[in-house]
Amino acid sequence: MSILIKNGRVIDPANNIDTVLDILIDGNLISQVAKNIITQPDSIIDATNKIVAPGIVDMHVHLRQPGREDKETVATATAAAAKGGVTTVLAMPNTQPPIDCPQNVELLKKIIQKDAKIDVLTCGTITMGRLGQELSDIEALKKSGVYAISDDGSSVDNNELMCEAFKKAKQAGLLTICHSEDKKLSGKGVINLGFNSTRLGLRGISNESEYKRVARDIELAEKAGACVHIAHVSCKESVEIIAAAKRRGVKVTCETAPHYFALTEEDIVDYDTNMKINPPLRTQKDVDAIKAGLKNMVIDVIASDHAPHTENEKDIEFDRAEFGKIGLESGLAVSIIELIDKKILSWLELFDKLAVNPARILGISKGRLSVGAVADIIIVDADKEFILEKKSIVSKSKNSPFIGKKVKGSVEYTIYNGKVVYKS
Amino acid sequence: MSWTKKDLLGLEYLTQEEIELILDTTESFKEVSTREIKKVPALRGKTAVNLFYEPSTRTRVSFEVAAKRLSADVINIATETSSVRKGETLIDTGKNIQALKADIIIMRHNCSGAANMLARTLEISVVNAGDGWHEHPTQALLDIFTLREKLGKIKGLNIAIVGDIAHSRVARSNIWGLTKLGANVTVCAPEILLPVGIEKTGVKVTSNIDEALENADAVNVLRMQFERDEGAAFPEQLDYYQRFGITEERLAKAKKNIIVMHPGPINRGVEMSSEVADGSNSVILEQVTNGIAVRMAVLFLVSQAKDAKQ
Repeated sequence: MSILIKNGRVIDPANNIDTVLDILIDGNLISQVAKNIITQPDSIIDATNKIVAPGIVDMHVHLRQPGREDKETVATATAAAAKGGVTTVLAMPNTQPPIDCPQNVELLKKIIQKDAKIDVLTCGTITMGRLGQELSDIEALKKSGVYAISDDGSSVDNNELMCEAFKKAKQAGLLTICHSEDKKLSGKGVINLGFNSTRLGLRGISNESEYKRVARDIELAEKAGACVHIAHVSCKESVEIIAAAKRRGVKVTCETAPHYFALTEEDIVDYDTNMKINPPLRTQKDVDAIKAGLKNMVIDVIASDHAPHTENEKDIEFDRAEFGKIGLESGLAVSIIELIDKKILSWLELFDKLAVNPARILGISKGRLSVGAVADIIIVDADKEFILEKKSIVSKSKNSPFIGKKVKGSVEYTIYNGKVVYKS
Repeated sequence: MSWTKKDLLGLEYLTQEEIELILDTTESFKEVSTREIKKVPALRGKTAVNLFYEPSTRTRVSFEVAAKRLSADVINIATETSSVRKGETLIDTGKNIQALKADIIIMRHNCSGAANMLARTLEISVVNAGDGWHEHPTQALLDIFTLREKLGKIKGLNIAIVGDIAHSRVARSNIWGLTKLGANVTVCAPEILLPVGIEKTGVKVTSNIDEALENADAVNVLRMQFERDEGAAFPEQLDYYQRFGITEERLAKAKKNIIVMHPGPINRGVEMSSEVADGSNSVILEQVTNGIAVRMAVLFLVSQAKDAKQ
């Protein structure tokens, strides 16, 4: 089976290519990247005036399976991913049961093998049951094939235990992903601490609850000489702390999510629970810092933090609603209007954040359009404007803060492992 | 102008003209309570449901009296004994009340925004009788009505609001309402009870009670809500009284005719002394009386708006 993608604007930051080229896929691999390829392929996709880019590597996704199949499944999440141009995801381990031992990794892998439409990488927990009490067997998790460890949704409060985790992860050659939040400081807060929490009469979450824990996590990783990746960076001070750590040579990387550069606390009007997210939507000052951090390479990755919840869990009082929102299907389009159109990032820089850097951080050979690479490719009509509608959401849960928002950039094709897995 | 909103959720959402319309309507309803037969047929055949998720006697009774004086049928749902205890969601409860063909839900809820959520889900009117720390619009309206009655206007008045501003829906509603009507508002509280960014509403902020009372035409003294927020840091009661309590000594330094208000119930010896609460500057019981007329006006206006749409 061969596919020729003709005449598209190829964005391949790994090879520093941004020009009109043809790409030939043979089987599951890219066999040729050149101008005017003359061949007789099985099929031809005309990509004239379209962006042709590596499939997105989204390193922060909650698949909810096993355990919460009412929210999302591997089948529905990976279908949503394909629609959003995502060809690889890292599955966060806060499932039921949590992915805290090789048996549970195997359990998840069986589901993935059966149902996944794209590449799903597994992630183990740092502590047993994600309870922050006792370390998981990190070496055994590595052997069972996880790509990282994280207690995402919680932070390990105990400094000694967290330091030990970094040491074990380093020995095992695993990345540690930190959900950096000091619960003692964030408490029962539900939105950013600021004028909007005052106006709405809701308990606030300070920037401090995030950045103090970011600083601690970096300090402990530095002490252990381990790699650390800070998840969902939302505030200015965190960006500054990470920038300073990078300057002094700490092996730290980080991600932000589209809602942290597209929305502020002021978008939480009329208690829309789809805007209830942890960490919370911050202020314009924080959004500006996130955008600057993306531009100056302090922030390496854009990930969705796709967090599906059912309507039963969202269509209730704001205080009682779950934190989180979906994002697999909207991430690229929101990034285009906020970062490309506003001239924050070039296309090459955007796909550094969406594909090249997450692949490098996870140690996988993805995110590039080199000859011989696995053919994970998306074709995007970057000029097509559309309104994100609830009825067109593929994900099992519909809790998007972007419903009704006008965005730009429609994924026309998603090719995973040489096969078209989504076509608009 | 005429009233167009089916709900009353908060004073933040109203214009100056809408607030004035409620106050003017209140004036005409106030007379009803002075009649021998305290009843008008304005809401005859309508059903109002008191849906209270938080214990409240005075607000609930005030709404009940107001609805009855308008000839509405009133049903009280105490959530401790209803299907809410069986796990029914707020929206389901609301939809069921709507299916009973009730016309107005008057709701008190401990979660901020609960009334907003119910109002956007239902077609029938929702009147917010207090939601979390967010708003308590009828309390502020009766405070403002009482002030206007006493002083003839709101514009240009200096009003101090003293107490737990951070956790007070009464404070928020008063701030929105008073500033929209052109009053100069000063809020006064210990630093830990001042919410972030409150000055952005246009109020002056101080932690010095004498400064707050200086030049004040009225002081609205909030209840210290010891029962509301478990685990929150509250100053010791005695210390609070010494620093912020409204006493005769403090009033002696203020304007002679300063009006003293309190939404009740009072913690005597915590927010104010008994002498002040019962003294000649206090309008606390007049507030209670005016509460009936304000709530009559609100119930009347929201049901007019609904009828107009049908």
